[in-house]
Amino acid sequence: MQRTKFFLGGALILAAVVYLIFSSTQASAQYFMTVDEVKAEGSSVVGKSLRLSGAVLGDTIQYDSDTLTLTFDVAHVSGDNSEIEAQGGLAEVLEQAVNDPTRQRLSVSYVGAKPDLLRGEAQAIMTGKLGDDGVFYADELLLKCPTKYEEAVPEQAATK
Amino acid sequence: MFAEFGYGILVVSFIVAIYSVFAAVYGATSKSAAMVESARRSMLLMFPLISLSAAALIYLLVNNHFEVAFVYEVTSRSMPTYLKVTAWWGGQAGSLVFWSWLLAAFASAVTIRKWERDIEFLPWVIVICSTTLIFFLGMVVVFENPFTRFWLVNGNVEPHMFAPANATLFTAGDGNGLNPLLRHPGMVIHPPMLYLGFVSYVIPYAFAMAALITGRTDDRWIRLTRRWSLWAWLFLSFGLVLGGRWAYDVLGWGGYWGWDPVEIAAFMPWLTGTAFLHSVMIQEKRGLLKHWNMILVILTYALVIFGTFLTRSGVLSSVHAFANSPIGPFFMGFVTLSLVVSIALVIWRWPMLRGETEMKSMLSREALFLLNNLLFMSVLVICFWGVIFPLVSELFTGQKVTVGPPFYERATAPIFAALMFLMGVAPLSAWGHSTIQTLGRAMWKSALAAAIITAVLFATYTQNYIALIGFFLIALVLLVTFQEFWRAARARQRAQSENFLTSLTRLMGRNRRRYGGYIIHISMMLMAIGILGIEIFQKETQGSLKQGDQLDIGGYTVEYRELASWDDSGKGVNFTRATIDVYKNGIYLGELNPRIDYYFDSQQNMTIPGNRSTFRDDLYVLLVDWQPVSSMGATFKIFVNPLVNWLWIGSLLFLVGIIFAAWPDRDPAEEPVRVARKANQTSAAD
Repeated sequence: MQRTKFFLGGALILAAVVYLIFSSTQASAQYFMTVDEVKAEGSSVVGKSLRLSGAVLGDTIQYDSDTLTLTFDVAHVSGDNSEIEAQGGLAEVLEQAVNDPTRQRLSVSYVGAKPDLLRGEAQAIMTGKLGDDGVFYADELLLKCPTKYEEAVPEQAATK
Repeated sequence: MFAEFGYGILVVSFIVAIYSVFAAVYGATSKSAAMVESARRSMLLMFPLISLSAAALIYLLVNNHFEVAFVYEVTSRSMPTYLKVTAWWGGQAGSLVFWSWLLAAFASAVTIRKWERDIEFLPWVIVICSTTLIFFLGMVVVFENPFTRFWLVNGNVEPHMFAPANATLFTAGDGNGLNPLLRHPGMVIHPPMLYLGFVSYVIPYAFAMAALITGRTDDRWIRLTRRWSLWAWLFLSFGLVLGGRWAYDVLGWGGYWGWDPVEIAAFMPWLTGTAFLHSVMIQEKRGLLKHWNMILVILTYALVIFGTFLTRSGVLSSVHAFANSPIGPFFMGFVTLSLVVSIALVIWRWPMLRGETEMKSMLSREALFLLNNLLFMSVLVICFWGVIFPLVSELFTGQKVTVGPPFYERATAPIFAALMFLMGVAPLSAWGHSTIQTLGRAMWKSALAAAIITAVLFATYTQNYIALIGFFLIALVLLVTFQEFWRAARARQRAQSENFLTSLTRLMGRNRRRYGGYIIHISMMLMAIGILGIEIFQKETQGSLKQGDQLDIGGYTVEYRELASWDDSGKGVNFTRATIDVYKNGIYLGELNPRIDYYFDSQQNMTIPGNRSTFRDDLYVLLVDWQPVSSMGATFKIFVNPLVNWLWIGSLLFLVGIIFAAWPDRDPAEEPVRVARKANQTSAAD
């Protein structure tokens, strides 16, 4: 009798945890996509929560400091880290992406402060939703700039 | 010279560790006390050896030896000496040496005394500690050598430990420097605190395995390592809190915890460690849950290794690519191997670990402790699911999907609420047997008072029902806990005819774990007040202001006064600092100075908030942008974080509670025996 009670209690907790995990996963899942994939999917991903990365095109950056609205375009880069490594590292891949006019591009709109790291050839990692107008509305904007900081081996010019 | 010396010593330590494992196994299986003694001595040799190697590394760091790759990566000429020393754990290779050094220190502390009555554990504790050391030292010696130097080979710079043919040593002019985000006093002690916690957990694990191997599966191993688990928990908790405080002070997003994979990696061993802390009490008092305790300590150990793997190289790598590291598979292999071997041992000793009695009542103290454990495990499962979900989804659907902070918040919030409710109920239930009636009698006054407090809050402060549930639970736990202190102290006062304060202090002194635990419960509730405040009531606004412009938020008015920007070439930093005046209801409260530090060497910004902290709320102002000198406009992001100070006050009390519980008793040998205590039990006394 007691045993059954304990087992029932345990099963109840298990069920609750499974429910919590699945409902919360569904409610907050974000799909990793690349610019190419977003363009290919088109309207079917409108309104879904997406996580997207792209190379920032420097001369498209515009900031309206009255409405705090930031707009810029990003060019497609691969979402696969090992692929990026194979193509010569992040800095190389970003530079290629920006200078390649045949790459797919996507306009991004973000309301908030202009991040200091936003500049041409930076990698923007954004979460948000694709609007009906084909513009990506980002809620969150993270930027990565491959700089000297990440170099594992010093430039030879540094020799004394 | 120093590089070769340091590396040589590491290789020697590695060999000594291998020897000590073989000597200990041989000594234990052939019953040779001399071999065990030899293993013990080689174990004791590890600490001075690794210390020497660490000293060589620190020498290189402090003296700008930029021919060493690790020194080049984590230091630069402009860094002050204390930061150069702490850069030791600022990168992956160095932090692995640091880990090994701590483990050697703890293992020495354990093996340095003679063990008389627990001598059969000794060889196996040495085996576990040394095997862990072999793993970490092996990784340092083979994959992540901090003494690797740069060599000029045919016009290319290449990192190697020893000179390749036709190569000359290459010295860089200056190093990359420690990431500016990590140049913060909180960050200087945050990693060592976490590591202290991580490494301390190796010791209870080692004793648990020794107990399984020797078949001495009573609660001796738990009693021997009780303080280790408490101190481990202290350091781990302190490390987590420091990390949160650092994020609040430095990262400039107005928060303290972001459910980042690295944070979760440090949080998971804390969860199993906390469950373990509770469930060992059931084994000590009732002789139950022996299998469970073994599994918890094994899980904690595995999560500690896993957590070291995820956190090893600091904050920045957490954003994404930790899978690129060559040591990844090696780490996962070791975690898997130790899990498989440990679980096999548990299965082998399964019959010996049977409980001595049975759990009878669903509301007894032990049943509620078990429930507490299940809830902690549930949080663990949720965290683990969140961390591995991108991998799982990619494997099964080909689509990479991630879950963010909302997932963790949504899924864990009901469980944390249930844990809080348990904190209110469990201290009132008795070992062995409790019923709804006995619990109700003990609880109704506190519950009623908590309900009244909640009603008052509903009328005056908030109508948010999640916040109200939270505040009700907080009030309930606080009242029940205070009532426990009060009742026990009154009872003692009557029996011993002392005054109330004497009674209270003597009572607490005689049962440190119990009352330390209650202090921790109280501190948890203070922290919960802060968390509810910032999570539910946080207000934010942002705006671009010209000089003299004002912005209103949450009862405060901020006015932008001026902006100054200057270089400090000695530190290699450009500072841009805004001055804003803060008013509330027209009364001037003072000025705040949010600023942005730009580090030339790493081309990176650091946003330092201006923060005005009170018990009621924090006004947290970030400078996010400024216009050229002519117009002197600036953009600010402003948060009002209600009640968040209670999070930090609670954290401090939390430390007090753990230290109180872990403080050595006058005579630790005189521990209460389980059977003797059963006789005089009332509902509240254990």
